[in-house]
Amino acid sequence: MTAEPAYDVAVIGAGVVGAAIARELSCYQLRTILVEAAGDVGTGTSKANTAIRHTGFDAKPATLESELLRRGFPLLTSYAAAAGIPLEVTGALLVAWDAEQLATLSDLAERSKANGYTAIRHVTPDELHRREPHLGPGARGAFAIPDEGIICPFTTSLAFATEAVSNGVRLRLSSPVTGVQLLDGTHVLRVPGGEVTARWTVNAAGLHSDTVDHMFGHQRFTIRPRRGELIVFDKLARPLVNSVLLPVPSSAGKGVLVAPTVFGNVLLGPTAEDISDRSATQSTQSGVAGLLAKGSRIVPELLDEEVTSVYVGLRAATEHADYQLACYPDQRYICVGGIRSTGLSASMGIAAYVADLLADSGLGLHRTAHHRQAHMPPIGEATLRPYQDEDAISADPAYGQVVCFCERVTRGEILAAAAAPLPARTIDGLRRRTRAMLGRCQGFYCGAHITALLAEAAGTPAEQLLHLGGTAPAPAPRSLNPIPDRAAR
Amino acid sequence: MRKEQADVVIIGAGPAGLAAATELRRHGPSRVVVLDREASPGGIPRHSHHAGYGLRDLHRVLTGPAYAQHYTQLATGAGAEIRTGTAVTHWESHRVLASTSPDGLAEWHARAVLLATGCRERPRAAELVPGDRPAGVLTTGALQQLAGVHQLPVGRCAVVVGAEHVSFSAVHTLAAHGVTVAAVVTRYPRPQTYRTLQAVTAGRHRVPIFTSTEVSDICGARRVERVTLRNSRSGTTRDIECDTIVFTGDWIPDHELARTAGLDMDHGTRGPCVDQVMRTSQPGVFAAGNLTHPAETADVAALAGRHAAGAITAYLSGESWPTTWTPVACADPLRWIWPPRLSAGTSPPPRGRLIARALSFCGPGHLEITQNGQLLYRERKRRLVPNQSITLQAGWLPRVAPAAGPVSVHWSPG
Repeated sequence: MTAEPAYDVAVIGAGVVGAAIARELSCYQLRTILVEAAGDVGTGTSKANTAIRHTGFDAKPATLESELLRRGFPLLTSYAAAAGIPLEVTGALLVAWDAEQLATLSDLAERSKANGYTAIRHVTPDELHRREPHLGPGARGAFAIPDEGIICPFTTSLAFATEAVSNGVRLRLSSPVTGVQLLDGTHVLRVPGGEVTARWTVNAAGLHSDTVDHMFGHQRFTIRPRRGELIVFDKLARPLVNSVLLPVPSSAGKGVLVAPTVFGNVLLGPTAEDISDRSATQSTQSGVAGLLAKGSRIVPELLDEEVTSVYVGLRAATEHADYQLACYPDQRYICVGGIRSTGLSASMGIAAYVADLLADSGLGLHRTAHHRQAHMPPIGEATLRPYQDEDAISADPAYGQVVCFCERVTRGEILAAAAAPLPARTIDGLRRRTRAMLGRCQGFYCGAHITALLAEAAGTPAEQLLHLGGTAPAPAPRSLNPIPDRAAR
Repeated sequence: MRKEQADVVIIGAGPAGLAAATELRRHGPSRVVVLDREASPGGIPRHSHHAGYGLRDLHRVLTGPAYAQHYTQLATGAGAEIRTGTAVTHWESHRVLASTSPDGLAEWHARAVLLATGCRERPRAAELVPGDRPAGVLTTGALQQLAGVHQLPVGRCAVVVGAEHVSFSAVHTLAAHGVTVAAVVTRYPRPQTYRTLQAVTAGRHRVPIFTSTEVSDICGARRVERVTLRNSRSGTTRDIECDTIVFTGDWIPDHELARTAGLDMDHGTRGPCVDQVMRTSQPGVFAAGNLTHPAETADVAALAGRHAAGAITAYLSGESWPTTWTPVACADPLRWIWPPRLSAGTSPPPRGRLIARALSFCGPGHLEITQNGQLLYRERKRRLVPNQSITLQAGWLPRVAPAAGPVSVHWSPG
């Protein structure tokens, strides 16, 4: 066994929360490693959620979740602007469709104020239909939450991890932690093909955070995955929805939302189904049918539009109502578990809180002299994209060569993604970095061309990109060492 | 942003667009530009390496790539400009289009626009097929590009979903690339293609055809591993191990530009509403080919493009745009009828025929055309086959009364 040099902090899990923590720690003079089981960052819960940037107005007051949502909100807002993460503040409308929901609506307004969010206000039925002309009939009442927004969940995780790596954090991919040993003040994390040694460990393992917690000898919580199926509608549906249409929870369930996305689609979902299998991300006939039935009431015309994709995410819910965030200074271990569905919005609040816990526990946090800000490629609809950018095209004509027609992704962007600090090494990774093949044709026109482009640019055989290696073993562990900042275009 | 002026801008260098460009140049407009986002002109036939192209329009038999090349030569020979690698991204205003190419951004000001953007197959997600989302789920279009154009590996064992003409073309492509076809699956009670086509593809490779069957589940972590089929009659399911699934047929127009222009759309075809000479609801904007009737064969699309050229020339010479139309409606078991509207005082549709699609197997019987309860025409059909082209003679068109309400097409069994 070859032991790697000891790190000050090992962060387990490169989802949005783990990546945010790694980015936060990269601001300090620390040797940090981010250890991820999968072959890329942000591939679990972080890639399959409702992509809403919440204000936290409806969180349970006086919980850590509420506090960290509030703390994370301004941090993520300014970070998104600086890093180029697609974020649109569309505002949300909380719509009640029956008497029970109407009653809950005023409770939610009270709760919002208890959470310190006071911009929530009542909206008359007239105003509601003026703002959302395609809303179905029968809405009983509504509140507006003007600061709710939509965000790109893919870019958020990638920006955090890119910035962490650019500032000296080591990222170790394809490295599931299989065991932990505590030796002479050092944590030895066993990973395939070696071990990672660190003084402190932060457990941000998402759906597996309880498993890692058990490795440290704790039995505080059990992950009870909550499956959420979501339907993405064609971009031609986008004019049907102006803001996030939130459901009011009732005895019939939490309800589903209809929201625009930063790529210009419309999202309908999620379902909420408690399951036991942590890898059961398949969609179901009943789940999709249920969503369509609910969507037909909220925005009836939505159902005339084509479905572009259906995806499924598992929220890391537990038996508890709040985040399972605990610091064990004696063990030099911090558990960041049970981050259910608000992890994206709270991520930077959680990261700042974890840094506080480390500092309070005696880990000296000293800011580095220079910090490199990540700059992510512009893949959202609200900003100028390369295919629209005269200057980008004249500087490099590859940005004028549209290769994914539905999403208007250019050859220049594919090549840049293959050469980025956190390069695209799989088709799914390329999708999340560029939007290529995420559109309505799902590769009818461009699938083969883009596969060939990535195979060449990444030096990866097409068989491997297409997962045609038979029963291929998992890819070998791959490390990304700190490399000079090659900020994405 | 570069400004360009043209008499006619055609979007899509497939059979309809190229045939229209060729014919337009023969009639006179001086600058005819065809814009296409692909790297080479010719459209879908470029990827379809089997014979059978060119029967109705060129009166000969060519392979897809030869057919694409032939039309490209005709259009350039006639003096049309073909700009490939040029993606039309949006409308700036009426008859003004924006494009992106490696040369930069351009704004095209046209006296007339012809949309010939074609159609594509609905992918798995649009069919709402549940299950995992692994690699290896394709459409025929993706398959043909993977195997034929880029010579990339396809897989080892495939299931083909659909049993129409194109489905057996997919079987042919798969077999030609060494992929075992484990099954052809159709939700209909029987295949929708000719026995001979079936015999030389599925029959030759001993591929079982499962009828009244749907894909109820797809399993696989990274790559497809298994597909579950459910028989809708018996309710029984069976699992088939495979690493590739090809969803075939079920065409939808590539209608983004038609929709964003605000053109009247037809609910049946999901393409823009056009009359028998391809005029849309907006003056100077025409639409032809499989954008308006998804999907006819390439020669039918080309003949539609050629037909549109006449109306475009007439419009450029000052012919007025119709302000009233007679809608053509159809009902179950018909899925759609083309053209979805008729205008008075103009030429008949291409080939003198209307086109229709059925939702289910029917027959024998009559297709009956009525207006205001009055029978205008009836035509005997031995059978209707879902998604197979049905044509209807258009000799009755002069008897349509322009102000007398919609024309209805319905099926009368027996």
